[in-house]
Amino acid sequence: MSGNEAIARGAYEAGVILASAYPGTPSTEILENIGQHYPEIRAGWAPNEKVALEVASGGSYGGARSIAVMKHVGLNVAADPFMTLSYTGVNGGLVIVVCDDPEMHSSQNEQDTRHYARFGKAPCLEPSDSQEAKDMMAVALKMSEDFDTPVILRSSTRVSHSMSPVELGKRTSGPRELGLKKDFTKNVMLPAFARRRHPVVEQRLKDLAEFAETFPYNKIMMGDESIGIISAGIAYQYAREAMPDASFLKLGMTWPLPKKLIEEFASKVKRLVVIEELDPITEENVRLMGIKVEGKELTGLCGELSPEKVEAALMGSSSAKPAAAIQMELPLRPPNMCPGCPHRATFSALKKNKVYVSGDIGCYTLGALPPMGMLDHCLCMGAGIGIASGLDRALGDLAKGKAVAVIGDSTFFHSGMTPLLDLAYNGGSTTVIIMDNRTTAMTGAQPHPGTGYTLREDPTTSVDVEKLAESFGFRRIRTVNPYLVIELEKVVKEELEAAEPSLIIARAPCALLKADRILPDKPLRIKEDVCKGCKTCINTGCPALEFVKLEKKIEGDKRKGYSRINEALCVGCRTCMELCKFDAIEEAS
Amino acid sequence: MSANNVTNVLIVGVGGQGIILASDVLSKVAGRVGHEVKKNEIHGMAQRGGSVSSHVRFGKTVSSPIIKAGEADVLLSFEQLETIRYWPYLSAKGKVIVNDHKILPPAVFTGQQEYPPDILQQIKECVPDAVFVKGDDVAGKIGNPRVVNVILLGVLSKYLDMPGEAYEEVLKESLKPKLVDINLKAFRQGRSLG
Repeated sequence: MSGNEAIARGAYEAGVILASAYPGTPSTEILENIGQHYPEIRAGWAPNEKVALEVASGGSYGGARSIAVMKHVGLNVAADPFMTLSYTGVNGGLVIVVCDDPEMHSSQNEQDTRHYARFGKAPCLEPSDSQEAKDMMAVALKMSEDFDTPVILRSSTRVSHSMSPVELGKRTSGPRELGLKKDFTKNVMLPAFARRRHPVVEQRLKDLAEFAETFPYNKIMMGDESIGIISAGIAYQYAREAMPDASFLKLGMTWPLPKKLIEEFASKVKRLVVIEELDPITEENVRLMGIKVEGKELTGLCGELSPEKVEAALMGSSSAKPAAAIQMELPLRPPNMCPGCPHRATFSALKKNKVYVSGDIGCYTLGALPPMGMLDHCLCMGAGIGIASGLDRALGDLAKGKAVAVIGDSTFFHSGMTPLLDLAYNGGSTTVIIMDNRTTAMTGAQPHPGTGYTLREDPTTSVDVEKLAESFGFRRIRTVNPYLVIELEKVVKEELEAAEPSLIIARAPCALLKADRILPDKPLRIKEDVCKGCKTCINTGCPALEFVKLEKKIEGDKRKGYSRINEALCVGCRTCMELCKFDAIEEAS
Repeated sequence: MSANNVTNVLIVGVGGQGIILASDVLSKVAGRVGHEVKKNEIHGMAQRGGSVSSHVRFGKTVSSPIIKAGEADVLLSFEQLETIRYWPYLSAKGKVIVNDHKILPPAVFTGQQEYPPDILQQIKECVPDAVFVKGDDVAGKIGNPRVVNVILLGVLSKYLDMPGEAYEEVLKESLKPKLVDINLKAFRQGRSLG
């Protein structure tokens, strides 16, 4: 099982009744798995992580074991409920599964979730393989109930996406009786009641630290006493691989830390090293205990660890005997928008208008890469609308007719609605484009409140974005099929000229979706003799297009080459055909 | 085999080539014959036509799910150029299997950069017993271009000490019934190559 499958299984076995999440790599498969395999758990995609955690809190207050699942940056969005949830505590066990992404395989930063555990004064558990991922879910839920606290179960890309064997168990049920129980001094955080809760939280943290001393997943494994390694999560596996005979203190709980256990371990070894991914949280806390320790000066702060990095950190060099090197300059292979992607069509229309584009997180972030190069900002989910509006308001004429925001449909429901409301309320002349591809594409096509169906594919309501914007106060709302590039280009031009906020909805399903498909799936071809070799089509970056260089100069032919379409990849979206000024593209027979 | 009798297989290529299925089958086979197995791959953005790698490690006890640089016993590459990208993982004693196939990266299909011309030759100079397979041609002959992953799995199986029947059993269990026959054919064809 993968770590994510194991976490889902753990939730099932531990009697979780309610699960809520917003998709985000590397956490997405957890709720997908619950959706597919465990109908006993009531589960659904939330529009964002804040809602997911609030829904899970409701379940917990009612006595149900509940989980909220998100990636590391998702906890920023859910930080508001999290920080005060720590004060109210729980009823049924409440676990927040947070998957960090060291190395940013698919993220915009590499923040370390353990800071939130410390910040929110809540415990943090860290599995190092799939078996632990499954088992620790049950442990975390019980800890949540025993100590009246939310618990963070922290995974990372390499734990979530690694497969290792898991022993399965049966479904059990949580200890709390379900029901609506009044307890307003505990659950209503008015200042007077919150003041009473804060000392409870501080005492709880002390109790948890005491508990950590004998917590079975914090364990000393003595080996060679010349070096002692403190480690957790995937970093532990790398350290074990590098130095199988060393002494280890493996931490299953990385906040709060077991002081006496660490002191005992330190006293038994000559040299003490902390191997941890991202920030030096354990290292600095060991140092605060007055213990001499090495750490980040060996492993560095940036990027993920690896077996060779950890080996070099511990031993100075790697014992591997690699094959002779091959020196060669390699073209990069970055991810790219798929053939037929409606975002490519929308960006092509924007390119013709020479605009300055604020965007955010989704497949459309790839629009920043050459040859498209049409995204100028990406900060966080939903940020593009606010940034474009800020540019417009601060720069006035300097940004007039140029500041555009683009946002995907799922991201719009996640955190684009409030900045759109701000734009309507405070005014300006910003143009917002919702690139509505009818799914959460980047994470693998999860449904959202605009799709009309749920996690388990049950039909449900679907947001009417046009009506929503109208109710916000937008007067200029246009809906366009993005594949009609020339028409979209004209619409963008008109809206940029308008002196008030505009909303354009560029709507066409993701090219990977089978449902509601509007793509003809009939390839196009290029008339080689008509093609002028101007590269307009090539510069859309479509993987189905290729520029063929002419080897020899042909008499009377000024071209350096011509374009060719790979018929096996082309799905017939016609973006290139719309853009071609020479009528050189036609349907392949 | 590297230290601790662990076998390290690194499978690389481009998103959409079926690498994940091949490495799934391989790990299940290794588990079935009694090894401890760990596997890791990069999901997410890599699926959009990006570079993909899958690490499979099996043996008596396995700690890290990731292969240490310089310790891959087998580097199985689905695409010429990707072989070189992951070359630093290959052990001096490692086996190289390359699918003789090119998928052009964006800088190449837009005409800004050349696809390196002599990749196979350079591999051969470094590792004289490297195996080159025209997997895509074979798949075309079998009648389904998508079975190239299972053909390459068949080639790989010849260089690992696990019985062919185990692969066939796992394939039968992992695939939709209508795809079983053509994939078994692809696997056997692959096993006869190389």
